[in-house]
Amino acid sequence: MDILALFDLTVLDSTVRLATPLLLACLAGLFSERAGIFDIGLEGKMLFAAFFSAAIAAMTGSVWLGLLAGMVSSMALSGIHGLASITFRGNQLISGVAINFLAAGMTVLIAQDWFQQGGRTPSLIGGGRFEPITLPFADALSGVPFVGPIYAELISGHTILVYVALLAVPGTWWLLFRTRFGLRLRAVGENPAAVDTAGVSVVGLRFVAVGICGILCGIAGAYLATGLQAGFVKDMTAGRGFIALAALIFAKWRPWHALWATLLFGYLQAIALRPDIIEGALGFKVQVQLLDALPYILTVVILAGFVGKAIPPRAGGEPYVKER
Amino acid sequence: MDVMPKWAEVILVPLISLILAAILSALVILAIGEDPVAAVDLMVTGALGSTYGWGYTLYYATNFMFTGLAVSVAFHAGLFNIGGEGQAMLGGLGVALVLLFIPWPHWTVALLAATLGAAVFGALWAAIPAYLQAKRGSHIVITTIMFNFIAAAVLNYMLVNQLRPAGSMDPATERFREAVHLPNLHEMLAPIGINFSKAAPANVSLVIAIIACVLVWLLIWRTPLGLEIRSYGKSGRAAKYAGIGAVRITMVAMLVSGALAGMMAINNVMGEAERLVLNAVEGAGFIGIAVALMGRSHPFGVFLAAILFGFLYQGGAELALWTSIPRELIVVIQALVILFTGALDNMVRMPLERVFLAARVARAPKPERKQAAE
Repeated sequence: MDILALFDLTVLDSTVRLATPLLLACLAGLFSERAGIFDIGLEGKMLFAAFFSAAIAAMTGSVWLGLLAGMVSSMALSGIHGLASITFRGNQLISGVAINFLAAGMTVLIAQDWFQQGGRTPSLIGGGRFEPITLPFADALSGVPFVGPIYAELISGHTILVYVALLAVPGTWWLLFRTRFGLRLRAVGENPAAVDTAGVSVVGLRFVAVGICGILCGIAGAYLATGLQAGFVKDMTAGRGFIALAALIFAKWRPWHALWATLLFGYLQAIALRPDIIEGALGFKVQVQLLDALPYILTVVILAGFVGKAIPPRAGGEPYVKER
Repeated sequence: MDVMPKWAEVILVPLISLILAAILSALVILAIGEDPVAAVDLMVTGALGSTYGWGYTLYYATNFMFTGLAVSVAFHAGLFNIGGEGQAMLGGLGVALVLLFIPWPHWTVALLAATLGAAVFGALWAAIPAYLQAKRGSHIVITTIMFNFIAAAVLNYMLVNQLRPAGSMDPATERFREAVHLPNLHEMLAPIGINFSKAAPANVSLVIAIIACVLVWLLIWRTPLGLEIRSYGKSGRAAKYAGIGAVRITMVAMLVSGALAGMMAINNVMGEAERLVLNAVEGAGFIGIAVALMGRSHPFGVFLAAILFGFLYQGGAELALWTSIPRELIVVIQALVILFTGALDNMVRMPLERVFLAARVARAPKPERKQAAE
């Protein structure tokens, strides 16, 4: 029995890597839902971005152009979601479902047309991928006991998008809770009529929120295809958009809690890859299927309100009809 | 006030949405360098040009009727059951358990028992999200999504760790007994002199699916319970004043919905595969959403939409076989149908309403004209 093995540096390291796309998508959902637009299309947007970033990176050899393509493509889907749920006041959930299918189908269709490799992109090499960054003094400090390895292995040595995701947490907090824009954005998700009365455009604010959601999902998708892995494969998001949604509820729509929630879910994904460590640490076998299902089970428990109640933004999911 | 006449609401709006989806799909086919006309031609021949094609089309349609009805019943109660996929997975588990552990003498009794097993398992899987929605206010869309993933994990565990025959690497149960083999359309139609394809998987479950359509129609439009479900769906608050219990309607609607989704398993698990495999549902639970939206949640509409999607599925498989168009084209079409008939409904509806309003104003006699224009 060695409980500490559960927190092995390699496991924690892959926790950070696996939590990154969840965190970005979770913050994306946070912007959208705080503005009153439910978004179950996070999965589709990530998938779309993953494909286009990998495809453009493969064709141009530049991962930065790939990232840009990922963000643009994800924002295009955001535009559809905005059109359906803001302009035409349609059902936001149905729109999200449609976007998920659209992405699942289109990515394979286009991938097959462009690359003829059975719905995948060619493997990315060289400048087509984000390379790990070694933070300053990582090598020098690695000899220092305890702190050294943590700095050198856990904190240093990730791709730039990991740090972008981590910085997005205080960034989101500051934007939402310390700026006028953030106040209005949160207000539009709670009481759009009040925002309208104050002379601020509800439609405009919601479109901006949905747009930010698209950008963040784009980065998340690009990270999947060009950072975490080297290229796009069919359905590579594998439910991450829904885990991010779960994390968002788990975090009760708050940025810092989103970080902890996605780290927790990232940890569950990381430990699920290492059944040997679990067995060694706990002395018995834990079913890998249980670990797979745990984020969803935890979310249902949270939603049920048995462990603190998760209350969504009040105007969430309801189209705003201006009074005449 | 209803601006549009009923026929426009029921036929025109879905038709225009469908045409928009079809045009976009044709553009997609053009964009990947294929000929849309040839593609449609191939799909029609492949899906409807032979009894073999029809057999597959109707087999898929049977699945979609069950899942489409499931989504429809929940829609009538104002609930969005996105968990048909998970409920159908559990339904499959129910069918497998009923058929593996009880030695049924004949397929008829086995079918009754399997239908019951599928319905109970599907309903139970819907019951927890329904209860949480009714009692704790947990959003049913999110909980049913989560339950899809949990169902996948449960099924994975059951197949890999419990039901897999010793020595087999394949995560699937053993084959069901010969006695519970459901007659397919070939065996059903041969006595009356119709030579239907032997290889096609459409089977007697199709009849059960059609019966289910009729029963759901009776339930929704011809029973007091159906009236309560529809009133609750139109306005929860008004229903409450009328003494309709929110908890009861939510539970009943979701149990029926889950049972219908689960019952799909008699077709794909008992009728076609004759054993339970890991990806038995193959997304049919989600297609139910498109089918329900297109069929306007009416059982007859669901019936037609299910056949259309059955055609698309079989036709899409033929396309993938003979051209370089991947099967995923069907997923794109499905997405466009959901988008236009569901989310962008108002985009079609608003201009149409304006047209009908203008027509009415033009027709109205003078004193009324001012009123109608307002």
